[in-house]
Amino acid sequence: MSDRLRVKKTYKLYVGGKFPRSESGRSYPVSGPDGTELANAALASRKDARDAVAAARKAQRPWAGQTAYLRGQILYRAAEMLEGRAGQFAEELADATGAEPGQALSTVESAIDRLVHYAGWTDKYASVLGGANPVAGPYFNHTKPEPLGVVAVVAPQDDPLLGLVEAVAPAIAAGNTVVVLASEAKPLPALSFGEVLATSDLPGGVVNLLSGKVAEVAPHLAAHADVNGLDLGGVADADLAAGLEAAAAETLKVVRRPGKAGSPLDLLRQWTEYKTVWHPAGMAAAAGGAY
Amino acid sequence: MFEYAPAPESVRPQINEHYGLFVDGEFVDAEDGAVFKSVNPSTEEALFTVAEAGEADVAKAVAAARRAQEAVWGPMSGSERGKYLFRIARLLQEKAREFAVAESLDNGKPIKETRDFDVPTAAQHFFYHAGWADKLAYAGLGPDPRPLGVVGQVIPWNFPLLMLAWKIAPALACGNTVVLKPAETTPLTALMFAELCQEADLPAGVVNILPGAGATGAALVDSAVDKIAFTGSTAVGRAIARTVAGSTKRLTLELGGKAANIVFDDAPLDQAVEGIVNGIFFNQGHVCCAGSRLLVQESVADEVLERLKARVETLRVGDPLDKNTDIGAINSAEQLSRIRALTETGAGEGAEAWQPACDLPERGFWFRPTVFTGVQQSMRIAQEEIFGPVLSVLTFRTPDEAIAKANNTPYGLSAGVWTEKGSKILWAAERLRAGVVWANTFNQFDAASPFGGLKESGYGREGGRQGLEAYLDV
Repeated sequence: MSDRLRVKKTYKLYVGGKFPRSESGRSYPVSGPDGTELANAALASRKDARDAVAAARKAQRPWAGQTAYLRGQILYRAAEMLEGRAGQFAEELADATGAEPGQALSTVESAIDRLVHYAGWTDKYASVLGGANPVAGPYFNHTKPEPLGVVAVVAPQDDPLLGLVEAVAPAIAAGNTVVVLASEAKPLPALSFGEVLATSDLPGGVVNLLSGKVAEVAPHLAAHADVNGLDLGGVADADLAAGLEAAAAETLKVVRRPGKAGSPLDLLRQWTEYKTVWHPAGMAAAAGGAY
Repeated sequence: MFEYAPAPESVRPQINEHYGLFVDGEFVDAEDGAVFKSVNPSTEEALFTVAEAGEADVAKAVAAARRAQEAVWGPMSGSERGKYLFRIARLLQEKAREFAVAESLDNGKPIKETRDFDVPTAAQHFFYHAGWADKLAYAGLGPDPRPLGVVGQVIPWNFPLLMLAWKIAPALACGNTVVLKPAETTPLTALMFAELCQEADLPAGVVNILPGAGATGAALVDSAVDKIAFTGSTAVGRAIARTVAGSTKRLTLELGGKAANIVFDDAPLDQAVEGIVNGIFFNQGHVCCAGSRLLVQESVADEVLERLKARVETLRVGDPLDKNTDIGAINSAEQLSRIRALTETGAGEGAEAWQPACDLPERGFWFRPTVFTGVQQSMRIAQEEIFGPVLSVLTFRTPDEAIAKANNTPYGLSAGVWTEKGSKILWAAERLRAGVVWANTFNQFDAASPFGGLKESGYGREGGRQGLEAYLDV
């Protein structure tokens, strides 16, 4: 250990491809399980949540409009970037959770492998979930899953990196953009993950990361009319989860309740909805309906 | 123009003077003895009385459904379940004419629609799902799909038998049992379906039918069911979603719509006019996916409107049981006043209303087909679901503008695109935020094709392989 004074990182939000502090100017101290103060994280406000939703909305159409092949390559690139910084993330994870270094590294490796897994899904899930429908008439009838749009994610509280990756990867693989509220007490690995995404050719706004109080920020996301899906995976308080689900009902958001397990395909399905297109096949059908 | 001679349907179905609730395989009266009347909307005459289910009846029906699910229907092999559904499909086909006439009487919709669409499509739905019952593991949803248990289902009055089929057929095929509440103005075909279940020897408790109004539906949502499937208004859907929040109940919702029917300048105009008419006047416009906003490209707007008005002049409004009738009665006095109120706001906000010169019967609930021109996006008739034979016409200049206007709604159920250019269809279909897109056609439905909405039109699909997801734990 040299005597050199270490340069400490300021942990900021990741919104629209940039790393802003909270517009509120607030921050909150983040400590490890043993009480060691690790850093001050930005304390996101309602306005930050709204900025993040606006950034996610702006990015959604172009992101969904990219080819599935390109979305896959970008997710794979994120895996490459995380692999290159695995040591740093293992250290941050160990500091945040108190995990043994070996265990922390293996969690980071699982997160990398999850990204690789979903990188491979981008150009496959539509053919697995959709298809042509044999309707009883002269029509070509085709169904495919389309992204819901903007998904707000309350990330798992105790699994600050892998849990977040498992929530975010299927949503963006399917063409959604996301606003993620990181683990409240352990936000640092998530905020560093923003740096991985920023260097992965992922367009700004596809993933937006906020740190702050779940009880303060999540209600704004649940009620926001421009949010289409709500993942309550990281909401530990059952009353809060029920309240957020009820708020989401006002705009009929698709909600994933806390504790709901699912296969990767279930998760891709969770944040997509089917679109069916009818097209006449032959001139008789083109004549129209019953009139 | 030739005059048509009346061509009344001659079959008269057996309609009882009174129907009970159908619980655990038997018709029973409500615990509190509540009864209501069902009215023929084309004559305002009462057709029959029916028991109205209360909380206690809901609890009894759900308990019966639970017993049937655990003891009989759940453990039964898929192939045996399927055979019951095939049997129901066949019985529906055998009694198709009776069901068609009964539906027209109770609902007010024209016999040509019940005869050619509602009943055959309902039978197809049972036939289609019957075949899934022993093939669920091949549906691609997971290796070991399991039923959810007891399903509470609430359906609307616009397609009473067909909506029942959309709900009951997939639920039963997947091994669930059901408690279904038909709409208060149209319980008849659901009760005839209950009789048909008896005739099919369907085990008691597998299907339970509880007529009633909103309070019955609310009691069903609150009851010990594992899943709610609802088709109806967005306002009620939202209330149901609020109610199930924090519970373990699953929910699928098929709600309102304000579909755009987009006519590009390179569309086959005569076909498009037929599609516009079918889109908004089918079933008196009582269709959640109705093409209630016509978006027509400016360069062809005058020509399309001229042809459209000429075509609407030929529509025949009147006796639902006349085989020549195109537009029947509005389902209820309440719905008629809602249509009138919203239509008045259109005129009040500066849109121009046009109606064909047609005579309306003296008794019953009737509304002339109406076309609004000069409609702005901000007007209520361009934003709110009217659920009646009222078309709002807007224009656009560029394809991008058409898409922007089409998507400018909280709803996302359906959309139509009219153009001869295939690449333009695919371009538009990709960008329209709607669960179903009809290209050079409109209002097509099939048991093999998933139907349902996006955004405030709800979530979940009905029909097709994808529709099974709503009734399986995978």
